[in-house]
Amino acid sequence: MTDDKNNPDRIAAVMREHVGLMNSVVPWGNEIGFEVTQVERGHVWGRQPWSEKLVGDPDTGVIHGGVITTFLDNLSGMACTAAMTRLRFVATIDLRIDYMRPAEKGLDIIGEAECYRVTKSVCFTRAWAYHGTRDKLIATSAGTFAINKPRFDGGKKDA
Amino acid sequence: MNPNLTNPRADEVDAILKRVPFAQTLGMRCEIMGDEMTAILPFQEKLIGNVNIRALHGGAIASFLELTAMLQVFLISDMPRPPRPINITIDYLRQGHAKDLYARAFVMKMGRRMASVRAEAWQENRADPVSAIVAHFMVAQD
Repeated sequence: MTDDKNNPDRIAAVMREHVGLMNSVVPWGNEIGFEVTQVERGHVWGRQPWSEKLVGDPDTGVIHGGVITTFLDNLSGMACTAAMTRLRFVATIDLRIDYMRPAEKGLDIIGEAECYRVTKSVCFTRAWAYHGTRDKLIATSAGTFAINKPRFDGGKKDA
Repeated sequence: MNPNLTNPRADEVDAILKRVPFAQTLGMRCEIMGDEMTAILPFQEKLIGNVNIRALHGGAIASFLELTAMLQVFLISDMPRPPRPINITIDYLRQGHAKDLYARAFVMKMGRRMASVRAEAWQENRADPVSAIVAHFMVAQD
């Protein structure tokens, strides 16, 4: 356990262990009803089930874009945390969502987010939402996230 | 519910809000005077994203702004249905506190096929927006 601190996958492993907890403590996440299914270093997967109360177009039963934004924003933020070697949380600076095609009524949406670059204070992400596989894209996103410095650090300034 | 229904489209905006399940899930409403619309998202516990600092979830704010932008396009157009979104870019400018959120949208360009819209959400001070989006919508009838 002593050399665990130097393992770059340590944070991802901790997140994997606590996925249930992370899912349950976000009220708006609970309302939308998505779950995180897999966490690797800098890469997070999730599932957003279809539900009547998320419908944005009552004529077709298509889920509202805001649901996908919420989903990809959350997964992207988690991918940032999973990309770091020390536990740090992030705040979204900006997020761009491109809608490729409407999600189909009744089908689960799979979400996948990747943090591909971490600098001292900013993380960069890409994310995808699709049915089944990535060749059936519903939306893609590009985001930037600010890394929050820990508020309680025993009085020591974080380098 | 609207204080002023001189704009016949205002009734339709209200009808959409009542008919769209996700708008009901969010719990937003709109007040319309002429072509000017203010969207209101009353604070509710379910909108929280971070329980420690009691901040609104960015996804809830983005959803609210996207709906506001969409309804503003609908309000000033003669489209039979709300427009389809092509993309949105959202800037998170400051933390959304556990309070009511307001938004207004400005249609920068209304073309024959596409509309470009900017929308801002604020809490106590309109000059200090919480978040802003730029969104593009398909307005072509097909």
